[in-house]
Amino acid sequence: MTATVTSPRRTTRPPRGRPRLRTAYRQDMALLNTPAKRRSTLLLVLAAFGVPFFFTDDLLLVFTLGLIASVGAIGLNLVTGYAGQVSLGHAFFLGLGAYTAAVLGGDPEGRLIGYGLPMWVWLPAAGIVAAIAGLIVGPIAVRLRGLYLAIVTLGLVFLGEHVFREARTLTGGPGVGRRGPDLELFGIRFSEGGSLFGLGLSRDQQQFFLALVFLIVFAILGRNIARSGVGRAFSAVRDRDVAAAVIGINLTVYKVMAFAMSSFFAGVAGAMYYAVVGVFEPAAFGLLLSIQYLAMVLIGGVATISGSIMGAMFITALPRIAQEIAHLFPVISTSTVGGGIINVFQFEAILYGLLIIGFLIFEPRGLYGIWMRIRNYWKGWPFSY
Amino acid sequence: MSEQDVICSVSDVELSFAGVKALRGVSFDIRGHELFAIIGPNGAGKTSIFNVLSGVYRPQAGDVHFDGASILGERPHRIASRGLARTFQNIELFENLNVVDNLMLGRHHHLGYGWPWAIAWLGRAQRSEIANRRRVEEIIDFLEIEGYRELPVGMLPYGVQKRIELGRALAMEPRLLLLDEPVAGMNGEETEDMARFILDIRDELKIPMILVEHDMGLVMDLADRVMAMDFGTPIALGTPAEVQNHPDVIRAYLGAGDEDPVIEEVS
Ligand SMILES: Nc1ncnc2c1ncn2[C@@H]1O[C@H](COP(=O)(O)OP(=O)(O)OP(=O)(O)O)[C@@H](O)[C@H]1O
Ligand SMILES: [Mg+2]
Repeated sequence: MTATVTSPRRTTRPPRGRPRLRTAYRQDMALLNTPAKRRSTLLLVLAAFGVPFFFTDDLLLVFTLGLIASVGAIGLNLVTGYAGQVSLGHAFFLGLGAYTAAVLGGDPEGRLIGYGLPMWVWLPAAGIVAAIAGLIVGPIAVRLRGLYLAIVTLGLVFLGEHVFREARTLTGGPGVGRRGPDLELFGIRFSEGGSLFGLGLSRDQQQFFLALVFLIVFAILGRNIARSGVGRAFSAVRDRDVAAAVIGINLTVYKVMAFAMSSFFAGVAGAMYYAVVGVFEPAAFGLLLSIQYLAMVLIGGVATISGSIMGAMFITALPRIAQEIAHLFPVISTSTVGGGIINVFQFEAILYGLLIIGFLIFEPRGLYGIWMRIRNYWKGWPFSY
Repeated sequence: MSEQDVICSVSDVELSFAGVKALRGVSFDIRGHELFAIIGPNGAGKTSIFNVLSGVYRPQAGDVHFDGASILGERPHRIASRGLARTFQNIELFENLNVVDNLMLGRHHHLGYGWPWAIAWLGRAQRSEIANRRRVEEIIDFLEIEGYRELPVGMLPYGVQKRIELGRALAMEPRLLLLDEPVAGMNGEETEDMARFILDIRDELKIPMILVEHDMGLVMDLADRVMAMDFGTPIALGTPAEVQNHPDVIRAYLGAGDEDPVIEEVS
């Protein structure tokens, strides 16, 4: 047993035809463990920072919301994809984060309760409040699994919606709603246009940058969880709980931890999302929202971080995509009254259903799986080794 | 530790499922780093003993001591962290994960960093992952599974999966190892390899083992002591030769009924 960190035994027997040999375990475990991954991710991030200069503000808003929703989707993927506990309760945790942020960051002079606290307080607080709720709900997941857990977490959504509707001094109540907090960090007011690093930027451009940085931070945290002993334990609990327990994994601790972490991500995502949206109502946090997030995970790719992002961007853009398609086909009317056979909202709902069914049947690994196929195709394309 | 130290002792264990008695009056000790085999016909209660030891089932009566303390009623993960590892009769690997991750999971309670370190991926988590990865590579070497490292275990042949499951148990650095039918369904060559690993574990790693196996040749060759079970009851305990020739054992294997003439013939 002579292996050392810098030259483990594996290097003495390189697999044939693989020049990209990793020579240390550290490299193997790195965030992006191949030069190709590092290069393409760097390019992608650079390209993302260029996006605000090439798209119109209304499209930018869609992207911004997609970036923020990605953080929520990563959260749901932690509990449902990695730890295998199907949760329909994600909307509740998103709502909890949104209202925590709105109350803490809200106008103290306003009609509703608000404390006027800065973003560096309301953003973590939104995560923590949601995580605490996750800690309370988590133990239920220890006793239930599969469909039963899904039903109980569904109950959570109804409970949450009811509480959000009734707590009018906090939420504004149905039909009225309240404003999200202002996005202001390090003296930069992202909710207004202005100049950033000497560049004159619109509000939507600024918010896009903020959302991008927000996602990068949480995507890295998500990846860290996934590649560590915690992520491995989640997968073990998901795949075989008896074997997991027998090798020393405390099922209760990890199931609850998955819920708490997932809820934290949901909390901060909810806070940011509705800060960008502006005014929001309790009705936003219904079952539909939970299903949208599940769709992000399923369509993006179960138990992958990049899949969560792809799924979230796609699902967030879906209403826009549906609209664009509707313009092409006169059978789909673009308003709820008259014209066409179905309206654009019905079309969108059908698109959802078809996509979920389609992915489940044809590509269970989701967009991530499609991406892998494309990548592997090009990798092998004429002798790229 | 002297040769005769008792690492594990089972006394008068009774286990039943809704009226079906799976174990009755089961007692035995594991001493030093012996290889203790349990044999018996299907349904004799061999796997049930493993499930009692690892905390999956809780016996209605009796006691189980491990490393000097009673582990009765302790949860499986607690017992695992005391140093009890096992393999399963029907492979229980994490099929979607690769070989390295499966073995790293065996080292779960050696990681020594909690979730805050995991999220931040700072010094302690990184150092621990590297150190534990090195241990995992040693086991990969030991079991000669280098070529499979990065592959999801669900894709691998049955014999290799059996080996990886042994690797996951070894990765725990156990003080007692339970092997439930490690060569079931294997061909001659695979069986020989497995036998070699089991001997190496006893003689080089000096880990005591309980082996449940239907392959009598293997048991008789490897085991230091053998316990034979029938209908949940131990019917013989001794050296392989003693147990092999025990009249009750012969009767159990040849089936009840007009037993006397049969025994005359065999012995
Ligand atoms: N979870 C359970 N529920 C009900 N009965 C069980 C359970 N587990 C085991 N039994 C019963 O206990 C008895 C012993 O089973 P066990 O699996 O221990 O036998 P075994 O000796 O391992 O058999 P085999 O050689 O077939 O693996 C059997 O009658 C079995 O049906
Ligand atoms: Mg059995």
